[in-house]
Parts: sequence; C-alpha cells; structure tokens
Amino acid sequence: MANLEQALQRTSLMDVLWDIQKKRRYISHDDKTKIAKEFNISRMELEGVISFYHFFHRKNAGKYTIYLNCSTISKLHHYQAVKEAFEEEIGIKIGNVTPDKLFGFFKTSCIGLSDQESSALINFYPFTNLTPAKAKTIISKLRDGHPLESLCDIPKDNIQYRPEEDDKTVFFKTYKPGKALKKLKDYRPDDVIELVKNSKLSGRGGAFFPTGIKWQFCKDNIADQKYIICNADEGEPGTFKDRVLMNNHPGLLLEGMAMAGYAVGATEGTIYLRAEYFYLKEKLEETINDFNKNGLLGKNILGIEGFDFKVNVHMGAGAYICGEETALIASMEGKRGEPTTKEFFPVEKGFLGKPTVVNNVETLCAVPRILEMGLEKYLKIGTNATPGTKLLSVSGDCKKPGVYEIEWGMKLKDFLDLIEAKDPHYILFNGFAGEFLSSVDFDREISGENLLAEHIQFSFNDPIEYSRKMSGVGLRSGGSFMVFNSTRDLLSILKNITKFFVAESCGICVPCRTGNFLLNKKINKIMLCHADKSDLDEIKEWSTIIKQSSRCGLGKTSTNCLLTAMLKFPGEFQKCLLAESDFNQAFKLEKAVEDYDNIIHEIESSYE
Amino acid sequence: MNKLVNITIDGRKYQVHEGKNLVDAAKENGIYIPTLCHFHEVNPPLGTCRICTVVVNNKTTTSCTTKVYEGMEVEINTPELQDTRKAIIEMLFAEGNHFCPSCEKSGNCDMQNLAYDMGITVSRFPHVYSNKVVDFNSDRMIMESNRCILCKRCVEEVKTKEGMDVFSFVNRGVKTRVHIDYDEEAKLTDAEALHAMNLCPVGAILVKGMIYEQPFGDRKYDIVGKDKEAPKREGTKKRSDENKFIVATTSLAGCFGCHMSLLDIDTEILDVLEIVEFNKSPLTDIKKFSKRCDIGLIEGGCANSENIEVLKEFRKKCDILIGFGECAIMGGIPAMRNFVPLKECLEEAYIHGLTGEIGANVIPNHEDIPKLLNNVYPCNEIVKIDYYIPGCPPNASHIWKVVKNILLNEEYSITHEEFKYD
Ligand SMILES: Cc1cc2nc3c(=O)[nH]c(=O)nc-3n(C[C@H](O)[C@H](O)[C@H](O)COP(=O)(O)O)c2cc1C
Ligand code: SF4
Ligand code: SF4
Repeated sequence: MANLEQALQRTSLMDVLWDIQKKRRYISHDDKTKIAKEFNISRMELEGVISFYHFFHRKNAGKYTIYLNCSTISKLHHYQAVKEAFEEEIGIKIGNVTPDKLFGFFKTSCIGLSDQESSALINFYPFTNLTPAKAKTIISKLRDGHPLESLCDIPKDNIQYRPEEDDKTVFFKTYKPGKALKKLKDYRPDDVIELVKNSKLSGRGGAFFPTGIKWQFCKDNIADQKYIICNADEGEPGTFKDRVLMNNHPGLLLEGMAMAGYAVGATEGTIYLRAEYFYLKEKLEETINDFNKNGLLGKNILGIEGFDFKVNVHMGAGAYICGEETALIASMEGKRGEPTTKEFFPVEKGFLGKPTVVNNVETLCAVPRILEMGLEKYLKIGTNATPGTKLLSVSGDCKKPGVYEIEWGMKLKDFLDLIEAKDPHYILFNGFAGEFLSSVDFDREISGENLLAEHIQFSFNDPIEYSRKMSGVGLRSGGSFMVFNSTRDLLSILKNITKFFVAESCGICVPCRTGNFLLNKKINKIMLCHADKSDLDEIKEWSTIIKQSSRCGLGKTSTNCLLTAMLKFPGEFQKCLLAESDFNQAFKLEKAVEDYDNIIHEIESSYE
Repeated sequence: MNKLVNITIDGRKYQVHEGKNLVDAAKENGIYIPTLCHFHEVNPPLGTCRICTVVVNNKTTTSCTTKVYEGMEVEINTPELQDTRKAIIEMLFAEGNHFCPSCEKSGNCDMQNLAYDMGITVSRFPHVYSNKVVDFNSDRMIMESNRCILCKRCVEEVKTKEGMDVFSFVNRGVKTRVHIDYDEEAKLTDAEALHAMNLCPVGAILVKGMIYEQPFGDRKYDIVGKDKEAPKREGTKKRSDENKFIVATTSLAGCFGCHMSLLDIDTEILDVLEIVEFNKSPLTDIKKFSKRCDIGLIEGGCANSENIEVLKEFRKKCDILIGFGECAIMGGIPAMRNFVPLKECLEEAYIHGLTGEIGANVIPNHEDIPKLLNNVYPCNEIVKIDYYIPGCPPNASHIWKVVKNILLNEEYSITHEEFKYD
C-alpha cells in the first residue's frame, strides 16, 4: 500500500468526484486528468473508480438527472405508465439525455421507498407515489423554473406498528438525547461488550453476526487507531427501515456509534450513507453538530475522561455491493467497491488497515436502548435466541405498507394479518438475497430459533421434505418483506431479481458475473415458452455452482430466490414447458435469418 | 519454522506447516489443486478465479485464501467439486471469446491446459459471444479483452517505478474490462512489459512483435501433459450386428480441414472400412441419406439456413452425433464474425474487401443461395450432440479411435496428449 498520508488523502476522492458530478453534471476528461494528478494515481485507475459507481457519469447527465426506480415493487404501482409519461413529457427514452442537456432520465434499482412507489430521485430529491399526471406536472414545473426543493416530497415514515407497551418497544418510542450515553459513566468498555454479548444482539444488516463478539475481536486487536463504521447503505431491495430509523432518531444512531467507539477504543466513526438517501445527509450532520455542541460527541464526552468520539458522513455513489462490509471499506478508501477475500476481517484489518467495526444502523441503534432499558427488561422481549424486536420494511400487495417493529417470535401468518395482506401468495422474504415463502411457511415464526445450516436450507428438492424439516425453523430477515398476490407473475419478479444481480455484481469473479447473466437468459427462455425440463435442471445445477464458488455474499445468495421459488411454486415454471427433445426449440430459423432478409430487402428495393 | 499441524485431505491425514497456504500445503503432499489467478507470493491472495474451490470443514471456499490449521478437514477431489471447478473453466470459455486455433498463447496458456486436464470438450454454458474490444492503441502492447479472464494478476503486480498502476479494472459486472493506461505503460522497460505478458495466464496481454519462441506443438503444456491420465467417460451401449456400422459425415460452416484430417490415416482407412460403411458423406459423394445411420460426424458450425437443415436431418437420421473440430463445438473461426454486423460482413466480402473484384457493387442473392444467420452457432445450440472431438483439426487416428470405441462400446478416453483445441 502507498504511504498512510496518501491513503488518507485518497479517502476524499469520492467527495471530490461528487462535487464535480453535482456541479458539472459529469466528470470530464480534463477533470480526470487533474484529479489523477492531484491524487497521484494513473488516469485509468481513476477511470476504474468512476465507472464502478452508477451515479458518476462520464457524459453530461442533464441539469435535472431523473432516476426512476425500476425495482419489482414499483412495477406493481404504475411504473410502466410513469416511465412513459416522463418519456413523453421530456421527449426522450429512458437511458438518455435531452439534446439541450436539461433532462437526463435513467433507471435505478430500489431507492428505499418501496412503501410509496412509484418513486424517483431528481438530483437526489425524492419524489414518491408517482402517477403519470404527477410526473408530467413535475416536468412542466421544472421547465418553468420552480426549484426542486419546493416540488419534491418528504418521504413518509409510515411506522405502522410497534408493540403496545413501551416496555416491549425498543426503537420507536420517545428518545431523549444523551439519556443512554450518560449511563456509560457506570460502565467500563469491557462491561459494554459484556452487556452487548449477553443481550445476544446480532447483526441486523442481514448476516446476524453476534455484535458483542465482533466488538470483542476489535477491542482485542491492539492498534493506534480504530474505526466505527455505520453501514447505512441499505441497498437490499425492499428495505427502508434504516431510512426511517435515521429520520426518526438520528441521535440514537450517534449514541450507538459512540458506545461502540467507547467499547472497542475507537475515536472516529463514519456513517456510510447511500447516495439515494442524500436527503437525510443534512439531518444527520445537523444532529452531529448538535451533539458536538452539547458535549455528546467530541472530547471527554459527558465528562468521561478520555471518551473521545467524532462522527462524519460519507456518501456512497450507487453500488449495491458497497453494502458488503469489505467493499464498503474499499469504497471509503476511494477505490472500486470490490469485496476482499476475507483473508482479514475488518475487525483485524479494516479501514486504512486498522481494526474496524462495521455495523448496521439498526444494530447500532439497539445498543443505547439496551443500556437504557437494562438487560433484564430487554431479554424479556422476543425469543430466547433472538431477544428484542425487529424492524421489517413491508411493501407490495397489502393494505398497510411501511415499517413494523415486531417482537421476535411472531408467527408469519399473524404478521400477514397485521399488514393486512388479503391474498399473500408469494412472499419475498429478506430481499433479493433472501428466499421465497409460500403458504407452507405460514406457521413458522419470525425469529432466529432452531436455524439450520445454510447449505441444508437450500438443498431441498422435495417440497414435502422441505415442509417437514423446516416447519419448526425460525425465519430471519435483515428487514425486507415483500408480498405479492396470486395474480402476480412469479417469473417477471424473478427476472427483475436476476437482472438486479447482473447489474450489481462487481464483476470480479466469473460465477457471479456471468452465472447470473446466464440465469437471466434462462428465465427469459422460460417466459418465452422455449424451455424444456432440461432447462429447469440446468437452472438448479448452475445456481448451485454460483452459490458454491462465488467470492462474496452477493454471489453466494443471488440464487436463493430462484432456488426457493422453483421448490415452492413448480407449477409456475412448468406452465409452458415444451416436451424434451433432441432439438433446441428456442432456436427459430425465421428469427435467425431476419437480419439477412432485411439486408436483402433493402438492396432489392434500392434496385427499383 | 512454525509448527506442524494435522489436517485431513479427502480422508487421508497429513502433517503440514501451520499457516501455510492450502494450495502449497497440498502440493507438498503431492495433491494438485488447479489455480489460475494464484501466483507466487501475492499477498493477500487474489481469490478471483475461483478454480481452487474446495470444501473446508463443510464450507466451500477457495484454497488460495485458506491457511491451514490444526484439525482442518478438506475435501478436494470429490466428484462434485471436480465438476464445480470444471464448470468454472467452462464458464470462462463461454463468457470470453477463445479461438485457440488463432491464439498466440495456445500451448502456453494456463487456462487451455487446465481445460485439457479436466477433459473439457465443450462448454455446458451457451457461448455469450459478447463484443469485446482489442486495444492496439498502446505503442507496445495489445490488450486482447476477448481472452481476458479478469484474474487481476496484472492489475496487482504491474506498476511503474513511481508505483502507478498500468492496468486497471474499468466498469463493473459483465462489462468489467482491464484497460491499459498508455502513459504509464510507456514508462515500463521492455523487460517489464514482457513480464506482464508472461504474467497473464491467458493470451490477453501481448507485446507487439514478441511472439513466443517455440513453435506450436512444442510449447510448455504441449510437453507437460504427456504422462497425465485423462478423465474417463462411460461409453453408451451400442448394438453390434454382423453388418457393418453405417457412418455419415458432413461439413457445415467449416473449412473441410477436419474431413482432410479424416483421410490422413492413409492405408489404415482399409481397416476402418472393415467395420464401417459410409452413407451420405462428401467422402462417398452420396448426397442423400439412403439408410438410417449409426453415427453422424459433423464438421463445422451453423452459419446459414442450409447448415441448419442439414444438421437437423443428421439428427433425425443418425443415432449418435459427434461434433468434430472446434467449429462444430464452439463456432470456431467463422464465429469471429459474430462481433461484426451482418451487413458489414457482406459488404466487406463482396464490395469493399481487397480480394473483391474491382468495381464490384453487388451482394449476391438468389432464392437458391442459403440465407446467412445472424450469428454462427455451435452445433449443440441447435441440436443435441452426443460426443465432441476437439481440435483444429483433430488428429486423424484420434478421430477414428474415438469412432471405433464408440461403435464397439470400448472404454475410451482422450488422453491429455491428444487434447488440442488448436
Ligand atoms: C451483497 C451484500 C450487501 C449488503 N448490504 C448491506 C446493507 O445494505 N446494509 C447493511 O447493513 N449490511 C449489508 N450487508 C451486510 C454487511 O456485509 C455486514 O455484514 C453488516 O454491515 C454488518 O453489520 P451488522 O452485523 O450490524 O449487521 C451486505 C452484505 C452483502 C454480502
Ligand atoms: S460474488 Fe459477485 S459481487 Fe461478489 S466478488 Fe464475485 S462478482 Fe463480485
Ligand atoms: S489459448 Fe488460452 S487465451 Fe488463447 S484462446 Fe485458447 S484459452 Fe483463450
């Protein structure tokens, strides 16, 4: 690695790129030359960084850059009509920029507003509940020079449910800044870690690694500097609970980070905020300032000698993979967001090579609450393996989309009643990296009880065997919960999912990069009724290969939905299968000679 | 030296130095784990190619990123893992555009050698044929993205004296490519440039004017494989009447080189004729099938509508279809046109090309002329192909050996030495 000074400087690269992108609407050739020189890197290396993030443009992206969310939930809420309305009103197809460079119109995957779709970001101002009429109005007002601030929506929190008693609520109850932090006076760092361990808090980003143990590891690694990173990348489609949590209780998050810092001996914290949440940046920074002013952050916090902690916000730039902790760290260091090989975990060598704790927003917010409530009270909530509550982001075919704070242990069917899902047929649980649930799962509880090893969970071939073995197994989710009724087309949903992974794979390993691409083609083949049974067998075989051999969590989980959907809804795949044959029935001669026919036709008509 | 620890590999116990990389630890004990991205002391290991996937304590992971410790249980050569590794190589072939017969690296190529080792005759994945750029812009180097497997070796290893990167990953996902920074590249010495070329496990980085010294056939892996045993595959049961076996052959979009090769066994053809009778074939000039055949030998891929018709007819009339030669297997040299719009191909061939007649301005067309397809297709993407014989062209006695073995239901396999894509 280059020397530390250079590495430190490099951490500001993303900020520099953002400044230019926002000001100029793209990063020009000259900019690149200048930046490369300033950061002392080769131009092509810089090109590599810029091209990794989809919100950085190398051509003018328009004075108003519109990103329309194309994720599967938006498809249930007029996506197509809204898209067409935008296209018509600004006069270009999606993926283009108007000749006068006024508007650029692009697709983007889930922007964390699934409870108020269709939604879009215009210069990162949020617009929700879009209809074709609303889309047209927005454009004409922008043309008339109305400022975006006056037009955009303020995303609703939609907190639909929390346990009735305050005693059973962890997150969504009154918050008093500093209340929990003050309690630290009576705790040594080791006591905090002990408390977190005993609370059985585990990572709410979806991997459920025990938080106390993570902190312990970090504490045990001696270093002159350590870091706390809050993972606010919230990229899993259908998840938006971190958005609501940060909007409601930004202070709670800061307290959680400060506690983590206190526990492991870190004095610096960073919130890695996804670019889609630019509109939350100001609020977070204001809260940080308030905290600094009131002695809740800074030096000798609340008079506790040596308790120093400062926090800053780092913006992502459009890459789902940057939610993966090692990719996130690479991104903060101003590099391409490629995950590492886990030779070292962040707690050993993380940000700038120093021991680093990466935790999800919800995980960090839970800690001050546990401290505040006391361990005993906290352990009374939820189940044995997973005490406390869980935030779920609900979207899709139900009456009450929004955020739910439920006690761990609720039965799936009760939860479906709670969200008022009339005809819950396909449930996409835990996001695109999660799994499909069906009515066979309704009696299972949402918790971390009786879990099976993952390679067993995704190895069932027989639905009966599955329901027998899985009936007592808890369901764990990082937060995404999407419901679809029986009129929805499963294959279209799966197509959206595989497309997402093709777009978001970092590209470093072949199983994920090309495997997902090939699976996407296979799904097209089934949808066109060109597939036979051998195609289904191949999907299973290829999915398993991708799962086994991919380099990081993205590839390892990208085929879960497909595998579980095939197990639970075989009928949807067999709807229009062709009889097996020695001939590839997807090959159509007429189509294959179409180009030729056109060329000849063109030539012949030129004779006349 | 650090202490010895006990590990189990495929059920057998070994003692190795603690903390050693699993690839090396296995190698010391005579167990070979294939790798592509792994090279000498790169730290941390790249772990990009995934070929060294193994199971450690019931979890799949890569050996190059695993350090051995006491009590570790490793599975390396289970059939499932061997198949996974094979699949990864096949996927690399399907995503890239590997035309070994026209590749400078052939015979010195790590990936090609691994494919021979694993007995890959054809990729189970459909060829993507994505259009990739060959970058000739640098004064000294060529970046042949069609062959790049994104192992990241060059990105990590090749730097200028000032520590600047020469090669970088650009874009992401399926669009990821390695690009050369021309300015930085110019600062490398000739020796460093050559080192970059040799570092590349495939033929993606080339230095202009620097060809490999040894001729094809005498290269690194041409010699190395001689004593390796090839994987075996079970033959299918085949009826064996008194009568001779009936064989048909055809050349689709190929160069007839494979048919030439067929005849290269000289007088041994007489032995072949003891058991075989030819039906429809350019060798006999029989134009129409007059009987059902036991075996159909297909040369060439499908470039036009007639190829499709013939291939389908062969599938109907023959019990077993064998694709022989690279063109039948993956499209071969004719498939290089898959990256050029059809119109451009036709114009180049009939109007603008240097070999055209002066003043020519017509693209011939007539209802009797078969129509060109949008792409050249490997045969297995049109019909089911039962066996493949790789090579460009495959060696004569090798072809006949395979045919005989299939017909007589003898155990057969292609040895490493006979494996050739070029
Ligand atoms: C592809 C991928 C995407 C991820 N995205 C997120 C994310 O958006 N937010 C998050 O908190 N964790 C995400 N994670 C999990 C993180 O790698 C990491 O486990 C987590 O931030 C640790 O915090 P926790 O233990 O508090 O959950 C992702 C993991 C993978 C493999
Ligand atoms: S699994 Fe996908 S995202 Fe992860 S390293 Fe491989 S290519 Fe990148
Ligand atoms: S020799 Fe190697 S690099 Fe060249 S085409 Fe064949 S596999 Fe690809």
